[in-house]
Amino acid sequence: MEVSVENLTKSYGFQKAVDNISFKVNTGEIVGFLGPNGAGKTTTMKIITCFMGPNGGDVKVGGISVQANPEEVKRRIGYLPETNPLYKEMPVIDYLHYVAEIQGVHKTKIHDRIFEMVTVCGLKSEKYKKIGELSKGFQQRVGLAQALIHDPEVLILDEPTSGLDPNQIVEIRELIKKIGREKTVLLSSHILAEVEATCDRILIINKGQLVADSTASTLRKQAQDKEIVKVSIEDGDRNEIYTGLQSIETVELVDLLPEYTQAFEVQSKPGISSRKAIFRLCVDKGWSLTEMTPVERKLEEVFRDLTIIK
Amino acid sequence: MNKIWIITKRELRSFFDSLMAYVMIVLFLGFSGFFTWIFGSDIFMVGQASLQSFFGISFWTLFFFIPAVTMGLVAEERKSGTLELLVTKPVSDWQIIAGKFLAAFLLICITLALTIPYYITVASIGKIDHSAVLMGYLGLLFMSASYISLGIFASSITTNQIVAFLITLFIGIFFHLVFGLISMSSGGWFAGLLGYLSLATHYESMARGVIDSKDILYFLSIIFTGLLGTELVLSRRNSSN
Repeated sequence: MEVSVENLTKSYGFQKAVDNISFKVNTGEIVGFLGPNGAGKTTTMKIITCFMGPNGGDVKVGGISVQANPEEVKRRIGYLPETNPLYKEMPVIDYLHYVAEIQGVHKTKIHDRIFEMVTVCGLKSEKYKKIGELSKGFQQRVGLAQALIHDPEVLILDEPTSGLDPNQIVEIRELIKKIGREKTVLLSSHILAEVEATCDRILIINKGQLVADSTASTLRKQAQDKEIVKVSIEDGDRNEIYTGLQSIETVELVDLLPEYTQAFEVQSKPGISSRKAIFRLCVDKGWSLTEMTPVERKLEEVFRDLTIIK
Repeated sequence: MNKIWIITKRELRSFFDSLMAYVMIVLFLGFSGFFTWIFGSDIFMVGQASLQSFFGISFWTLFFFIPAVTMGLVAEERKSGTLELLVTKPVSDWQIIAGKFLAAFLLICITLALTIPYYITVASIGKIDHSAVLMGYLGLLFMSASYISLGIFASSITTNQIVAFLITLFIGIFFHLVFGLISMSSGGWFAGLLGYLSLATHYESMARGVIDSKDILYFLSIIFTGLLGTELVLSRRNSSN
């Protein structure tokens, strides 16, 4: 079941939280929704889950609009809100029973579903405890279990790993991956590594607008489209070397690295390598080339480029 | 209907789990029992086999206890964020409101049911007007439903339970007392209007054993207005602002 967001707009007062966003999440896909805090991730998710209505545009879940038939959309979605709200005074098993009932799970199946969720989410030893007594990691699992109890085709997870310790993060990620094989999953995060590890595709949103929609590897390639090398050149005047490097045809930008006296960062024009030219330049001028290392741009930098510079 | 009942069950359980229900029942039975049987213009002083003194006391005890029951119904869920979870489940706002209303109403019904021994006792002492007792209970139920509805509305406009409690009392006191008092001290159509708005007037006519469609209509419209107000507050999250 696919989720399609069409020209979605939502404003709070004069501030536009989401500004004309369109994207699609296909069946069986895990899509990561990235963006700095306040970019509009949560707002978009709240509209998909029918918590709020949009000001403009529409969201369709399996072809059904959130505005025309919210109840049907809600039945198809499992939602884990950012704050993971739970009835703290209820025992885990009673809470899951309540959610199953309210989600319209058939009476004869409720017991089996609860058993399955408790097993899948690793809550077996905690099922009779009150939710408020559980640790944060286990509460997060309860949150996931309640989102999954009615076997929804679409899962919307708002920062599912926030506030967990590294071991728990890995466990929850594995769980999402396992579940995500058959379902349509949209998960938000501001941790890049997490999205890269779990998601098939990445959407980056900034100030309410979609700034990127591709896979992690494409984003990485996009970043490495321009070759960057760090070079150290000795036996020559610093300024002379600088102008020499800049005069190479294929070089776009030369940066002095402040912490070294003889090191430079050389950025080439898109798609061309300048390494040979640099070497030749050094030979011609009689400089000694002591280091030439390619600088790999991290996904974090791509993210920063997309969300800060623009 | 099924969905409403699921919500009602959860709310009722949480009343009993949080001891709220027990405290409410014990305090209500304590107060009403004390003034019905032991102190003030109690049954023995009046010397009649009637529950008039009980109904007179309950009129006030319920007025103070109901806001305590309803104050958390929406405010607490809004504060803890569970409201977001609830409204993103396949239930309508009306089902949520009706479920919560019904839970509070059932708690009051349980509490009042526990005073049936009063009726049995009095009936065994003397000749009691059975229909007057029935109408008295009916009056209490209608009054309770009205205040529950106002209480849920107050609870929906804040995240603070104490504020919800005080708002309910504040709105309630007008219907309970103030409209009646002003009506008595003024005249003309204004007095008539306030007299009609005063809940006490309608309650007393019921407690005397008179059933009038005007009174029932009055209670039903208060209940409906309160619930409608709650629905409007809840649905405000959808609107474009």
